[in-house]
Amino acid sequence: MKSVYMDHASATPVREQVIEAMLPYFDQHFGNPSTVYDMGLKIKQVIEEQRAKVAKLIGAKPQEIIFTSSGAESNNLAIKGVALARQKKGRHIIISAIEHHSVLNSARFFERMDFEVTFLPVDEYGLVDPERLSRAIRSDTILVSIMHANNEIGTIQPISELSAICREKDVLFHTDAVASVGNIPVDVNELNVDLLSLSGVSIGAPKGIGALYFRDNLRLMPLIHGGIQESGRRGGTENVPYIVGLGKASVLAVEELFDKMNHLEKLRSLIISGVRERIEHVKLTGHPDKRLPGHASFCIEAIEGEALIYMLNQHGIYSNTGSACASKALKTSPVLVAIGTPPDLAQGSIVFTMDSSNKVEEIEYVLVKLYLAVEKLRSLSPLWRSKEGI
Amino acid sequence: MYSEKVMEHFSNPHNAGIIENADGIGEVGNPVCGDMMAFYIKVKDDKLADVKFKTFGCVAAIAVSNIVSEMAKGKTLQEAKSITKKNVAKALDGLPKEKMHCSNLGAKALAEAIKDYEKKKYG
Repeated sequence: MKSVYMDHASATPVREQVIEAMLPYFDQHFGNPSTVYDMGLKIKQVIEEQRAKVAKLIGAKPQEIIFTSSGAESNNLAIKGVALARQKKGRHIIISAIEHHSVLNSARFFERMDFEVTFLPVDEYGLVDPERLSRAIRSDTILVSIMHANNEIGTIQPISELSAICREKDVLFHTDAVASVGNIPVDVNELNVDLLSLSGVSIGAPKGIGALYFRDNLRLMPLIHGGIQESGRRGGTENVPYIVGLGKASVLAVEELFDKMNHLEKLRSLIISGVRERIEHVKLTGHPDKRLPGHASFCIEAIEGEALIYMLNQHGIYSNTGSACASKALKTSPVLVAIGTPPDLAQGSIVFTMDSSNKVEEIEYVLVKLYLAVEKLRSLSPLWRSKEGI
Repeated sequence: MYSEKVMEHFSNPHNAGIIENADGIGEVGNPVCGDMMAFYIKVKDDKLADVKFKTFGCVAAIAVSNIVSEMAKGKTLQEAKSITKKNVAKALDGLPKEKMHCSNLGAKALAEAIKDYEKKKYG
């Protein structure tokens, strides 16, 4: 059966060159970087080289990068590390209503520890209003966290505009850039952020490796206490092969970015216009222009997303949904709720996220199968009957 | 996640559709909570001569609807009333725990359709 993978926001395949780069560090160069003999020193140097590669990917200095186990850990370290280090200065945190669970639940954790958290609403496209952010900042606000691009609706926030407000008021700004790094240009100085999270899983490195950028010597309380690894900000022997993998993936991401963007923008426009032409009663979720190049997300009326995913799966197509029925907790995606999607329409959510490996021919295949699946589900749906006015 | 039986009924829901001039109609659920089912029945000699349905919902909801219609067809009204959530799930070789209640509404929709028929007939 043909296989078309269109769920790159969930995971990307590890690149061949990345695997090749990693392999020697499992058995040949296995030494502990904290040791003082040549074997360990060499490995320590390899780690520093990777740090420089990751730094280059986002326009940072090498010493501003901490390796973590994931985007989720990076987000946890950013929120908790700053909140714990600055709690004497203030106990108020601001996040947007469409943050990843690792930001959302880290903030909620502090709510239970007598911090106050403001959840900034977003507009129908998922954008945070800078004016609103400005009004929400108080004298005891210590941190604002707003994601760069949203993985579910693809919307890209005006980060530099939002961070400028925080800079002016001496409030730290963190952005979760897991979905944007490798897909659009990300530069910590242009974005003017103090902290930024990224993850290997979205750029062709393995799951289980991420990084956090923190500006200069920003004080950060570690989550994992241990030795002096990562300049004392994260204990535990470094995950050398995975760090090498992230380094290699970062180099490739820099080299390929503009070709990738051009290719993905073409695919995105094909799928969005194709869906609009062939399927009636469909809403594009997220912003029409300010969105990730490889991201197309919709809500399709009168059908349910989990059923649609399974039906596409039977044709080898892999996609995602924010439908309540697809979540273990049976709750609609908070992102779809935050952009004001009515609950019944949110049920029909479908998300396609593409990568360089996707081809133009695949889009036509997906459009044909999507049309047929929607037709079939609508033929079963009592809501569609009423829509046709029969 | 789903059993082969569930996928089979989801992929080929052959009893889906509506019955024009149905003897009874039962609707349960609503689109806001995620699943909605409408059952249509035709009754002859106190037996379910035909059962059809329309379902808005997930894989489980569609599979449940189809197997309930299959289980009910040809049965007497009394027999059909004894179809429960539990034996529907069993007939599908099990349902995921979180789908057991919210999507397993077929038996209820069928019972509503029978009730509707009886109400029309006996007032």
